[in-house]
Order: sequence, then structure tokens, then C-alpha cells
Amino acid sequence: MDQNVILEVKNLSLNYVTDDGTVYAVNDLNFVLHKGSTLCLVGETGAGKTSTAKAIMGILPHPQSKILSGEVLLEGEDLLKASKKRMQSVRGSKISMIFQDPMTSLNPVMRVSDQVAEVLRLHKAKSRIEAAKMAKEVLLQVGIKEDRITEYPHQFSGGMRQRVGIAMALACSPEILIADEPTTALDVTIQAQVLELMKELKKQYEMAMIMITHDLGIVADVCDYVAVMYAGSIVEYGDRRHIFTNAKHPYTIGLFGCIPDLSIEQEELIPIKGMTPDPSKKPKGCAFAPRCAYATEQCFQETPGNYEIEPGHWVRCLQFRGEDTENV
Amino acid sequence: MLKFIAKRLLMMIPVMAGVIVIVFSMMYITPGDPTMIILGETSTEEEREALREDLGLNDGYFKRLGDFCYNLIFKLDLGDSYVTGQPVMDTIKARLPATATMAVVSVAFAVILGMILGIVSAVKPYTLLDNVSMTLALVGVSMPNFWQGLLLMLLFSVKLGWLPATGYGTWKHIILPAITVGTSSAGIIARMTRSSMLEVINADYINTARAKGQKEIIVVIRHGLRNALIPVITTAGLQFGAMLGGAVLTETVFAMPGLGKLMVDSVSGRDYTVVQGGVLVIAIMFSLVNLLVDILYAYADPRVRSSYS
Ligand SMILES: Nc1ncnc2c1ncn2[C@@H]1O[C@H](COP(=O)(O)OP(=O)(O)OP(=O)(O)O)[C@@H](O)[C@H]1O
Ligand SMILES: [Mg+2]
Repeated sequence: MDQNVILEVKNLSLNYVTDDGTVYAVNDLNFVLHKGSTLCLVGETGAGKTSTAKAIMGILPHPQSKILSGEVLLEGEDLLKASKKRMQSVRGSKISMIFQDPMTSLNPVMRVSDQVAEVLRLHKAKSRIEAAKMAKEVLLQVGIKEDRITEYPHQFSGGMRQRVGIAMALACSPEILIADEPTTALDVTIQAQVLELMKELKKQYEMAMIMITHDLGIVADVCDYVAVMYAGSIVEYGDRRHIFTNAKHPYTIGLFGCIPDLSIEQEELIPIKGMTPDPSKKPKGCAFAPRCAYATEQCFQETPGNYEIEPGHWVRCLQFRGEDTENV
Repeated sequence: MLKFIAKRLLMMIPVMAGVIVIVFSMMYITPGDPTMIILGETSTEEEREALREDLGLNDGYFKRLGDFCYNLIFKLDLGDSYVTGQPVMDTIKARLPATATMAVVSVAFAVILGMILGIVSAVKPYTLLDNVSMTLALVGVSMPNFWQGLLLMLLFSVKLGWLPATGYGTWKHIILPAITVGTSSAGIIARMTRSSMLEVINADYINTARAKGQKEIIVVIRHGLRNALIPVITTAGLQFGAMLGGAVLTETVFAMPGLGKLMVDSVSGRDYTVVQGGVLVIAIMFSLVNLLVDILYAYADPRVRSSYS
């Protein structure tokens, strides 16, 4: 296995079983995360981004969700097969997560310093006093003033809460940070600050990051690699250059092609005609076919494979069958 | 927190004043002639008139209200019983411990049992365990108190002989009445805990706690229960009030010398001053419990606390 790869997700599929039926949230998903790099997971709402993140963390809701197949390899160890105990020691110390909505992701009845100290006490600190001391340091580092660290979340603004979220995630210097739309719920000015902080800390802690986002400005700003997700699968995966200058999948082109200059414009995803498919129906053929301008008869019949059209650049579209360097 | 309690105590003053006025007015407009009860059917109109004058019954509403408040506040005097002639305050003091003990024990029983059932259900929802405990809760809520009291007496006193059926004095006397009064509240608290826990367990901050690598049991208790407790506290407080009301029935069934039984006896004996005093004391207890609930609430939820400071 590639020494440079820290996390690899292979053929991951999972669904949610609810009273209203089954939702196929993630279908045959593959990607690799390189040490110290940033992978942006991009896709519309409902694409399955959060579900993927939770699957990696092993915190999918029980019993509603079920992993149907796949592997999540952390330095070669399959986390989906790991024991509860092992996962508890991985979570928070090797892989951490920052959640989408800072207004709801902090415990309202606990002091923020205690919430940060909790994760430290679990993995790093030898005593409660030590944990409290370390918590204070981390909170200072993310820009929370010392006289405020014993306050409760409701006394904090959204931006400050997300800083607390970042402090909790980074407290034990994880190797991988999963950030699930960490700035979506924040004001634009605060977004920039929080993002800047994350970039800075990422460099300092030398960790790999999976940045889940809608915001192409963020992608342009932070990514080394990009995975474009559609209806539970990654339709295109490649490094920065592949995606920004040589996008191949019609969905990616739809997303990125419309933005004239990524370095200037900070735009949200531009909506592509049509709706995301109903995730409760497992589609036959390519999930994007109904919205695709290039769809042929065959696209509705046959599920496309994953084709590597140049080294490290994968596309899941029938147009590229046969063009791949080696078939997978 | 101290500031909060002080504020809440100050807020009780108008509530108490309102309670006193309402209770007094209710007795004031109740028809019936107390002197007839005191002196008996055979007394003459002159004797009764003299007594009326003596007791101040001929005074106007505001004069009597004023006297009542003055005696209550400065002398802790609720007047004398029309039937026994004893000071009402003494009678109530003698009867209060039985009712208060029973209310506290039964609330404790209801909260402990209800929360255990509720948590068990919420942690394993839609399983057999959940169904069993929710069925138990339903049975608890639906069983009428007097009937359940009789059943318990039959089993534990008559058949097994473990516990006394009636009376008051030792801790053994409290058990059956407390269970009888507590079961319906336990059922309500169980259902409340379950729904509150189920809501909380899907909250984002629970995922945050799991993402830290915390053990599931600690996630459920430290992060889940503390938040789920907030509505449960309110329910438990309301149940405490319901228990004071339920005491009337249970104390009759178990022949306990409590406030409830005192009230029933006084109403049927038209002992107005005792009824008045009893209602007042129960109302005050209810307000105190409300105060306690608010304090617990503020203790459990920092958001409530800061809205007062
Ligand atoms: N607990 C759940 N029960 C049932 N269905 C769920 C649950 N969580 C997510 N889903 C469904 O799974 C699909 C993928 O959801 P997911 O939250 O992973 O999307 P997402 O890409 O993170 O979207 P967003 O950008 O809105 O956060 C959606 O169709 C969603 O409705
Ligand atoms: Mg999401």
C-alpha cells in the first residue's frame, strides 16, 4: 500500500431504513486521502457527504442506518471491522470531526472548557486538572479569551462556538480532521476568519483534512484533491489541477464550468437543471443521466464504472470507458 | 444562582397574597351558618347572634379579610375549628407530616422508577424492552388509585402480612400509600423521560460527544440525560401537586391521618375554618414546590439561569 495514503475508503455503501422506506445514501464510494493533504468533498445537499463522514467516524445513527459493504482503511486497518473499544480510542485522537451546525453541536448544559477538557481527558491528559489546563491552552489558541472559557455555549456567538468545535477536534492533535461544512452556518465575514484559522492550524498540526463543502470558493482556497459527489457516489476525483482545468464529468463541468474565475468569485454551487434523484429509489444506470446533456440510451441502462483517465484522475461516466489507463 | 433564588422568592409574595385572598373569599361566599354548627340546632337566635358578633361574622368583607390576614401573618393563627374548638393551626400541624412524608416518598418513588423505565426505553427504542416498560407505564397511569390501593392491601397486608394495611406511625405505613399514589406519576414520568431522551439522543451534541471517543454509557448519561432531565423536572413538579390532591383519596383508603383526610372530614362536618386553613396550606406547599422546581430548572439549564441575571 502507498505509504503516503493515510485513509482509504473502498466501495462504501450504506443506507437508512425509515418508516417511509429505504434511503440509499452512499453507493459504492471510493477515495483516498494522502498524508497532510486536504481533500474537498463537494456535492449538493443530500449527496451523502455527512453520511460518509459519519461512516468513517463510526457514528452513524443506530439502528436506522446500515453499512452494506465496503472498507474504511486507516493506515491499512479496517475501521468498519474494528471493535467498539478500538473505535473509541480512534475517535477524537486519530480522527476528529467538526460538525456542520455550531449552534446545535455543543452541549448546552456544559461549560465550553469542560467540553474541550472531556476529549483531552479521554486521550491525552493524565488528570482532570491537566485536562483543564490543556483545554485552556487550546481554547486560547483558537481565539477564545481566557475569561470566557468557563461560559456556556448559549453565551457564545456562532463563530465562537465553531472555534470551540475546532478546539475540541484539534485538542488531541488528530492525524485526520473531517470538517463537515464548518462555515456554512456562519456569517460571511466570520466564515473567512474561521477558515483562515483552520488553514493555519492544519499547517501547524500537520494533519490531513477532509473538507466537506458546498462552497467552491472554499474548494479553490484549501483543496489539494477534490472528490465530487453525486447521489451517494463520487463521480469525479482528482487533484486540484485535474478538477479545475480538466474536469471531465458532465456534473463537474456543470458545477465548475460556470464560474469564470475561481480566484476572484466566491460563489455557491450553480444549480444544474433538474433535481437530485430520489435517494429512496436505487437508480438503474447512471444516477446523473436524467439531468445530463450528454446522456445516451446506454446511460440509463448501465451503471458506469470508475475510469482513470490520467494518473490519479478518476471519472465515473460511460463516455470514458475504454479511455482509462487501466480498467478497475 | 443566589440572585436567581432571591428573585424567585420575592416573586412568591404576590402569589401568596393572591392565594390568601382567593381562599378567604371562597369561604366568605360559601353559604351556611357556622354558629348553627357550633351551638347546635337547639340554640336560640339570640345566642347565635351574640356568637356571630363575637366571632366577627357580622363585619364587612374587607374588615374580615383584614383580620384574617393580620392574624395569619402576625400570629400564625388560622382561627379555631367550629367543631372541636381547637386552633386550626395546631390541627394542621398535627396532620401535615403524614401528607408531606407521603408526597415526598411517592414523588421519589415515581421519579426513580419513571426515569429508569424511560431511560431503558429510550436507549433501546422499539425493542421488546421498550415495549414492556412502556406497557408498564401505561398500566401505571391507567390504574385508579383507590382500586390499586385495595389490591396492594390485599396482597401485602392480608395475604402476605408484610405491611400494615392502614394507619400511620412507622415507615412501613408509608410504603403502600406512597406506591399507590406514585405509580401513575411514575408512568407519566417514564413516558416523558422516554420522549425527552429520544429527542436528545438524536441531537448533534450527542454525536459530538461520540466523536470525542466517549463511551456510549457516559454519552447517554452525561450528555443525554442532563439535557433530557429539563422537561422531566417540570413534569415531576406537576406530579407533586397532583399527589397533594390525590392524598384526599389515598388517605381515606389507607385511613391515614393526613391533610387530605382532614379536609374530607371537615367538608362533611362543615368545619369552615379548618377547610380554609387546609386549602391555604396546600396552596402554599404547591407554591413552594413550584419554587423548588424553578430552582432545579435553573440548576439544570444554564440558559434559564442567565435569563434571570
Ligand atoms: N438519520 C437519517 N435517517 C434517514 N435518512 C437520513 C438520515 N440521515 C441522512 N439521511 C438521508 O441520507 C441522504 C444523505 O444525507 P447526508 O446528510 O449524508 O447528505 P449531505 O450531503 O451531508 O447533505 P447536506 O449538504 O444537506 O448536509 C439524504 O437523502 C438524507 O435524507
Ligand atoms: Mg451534511
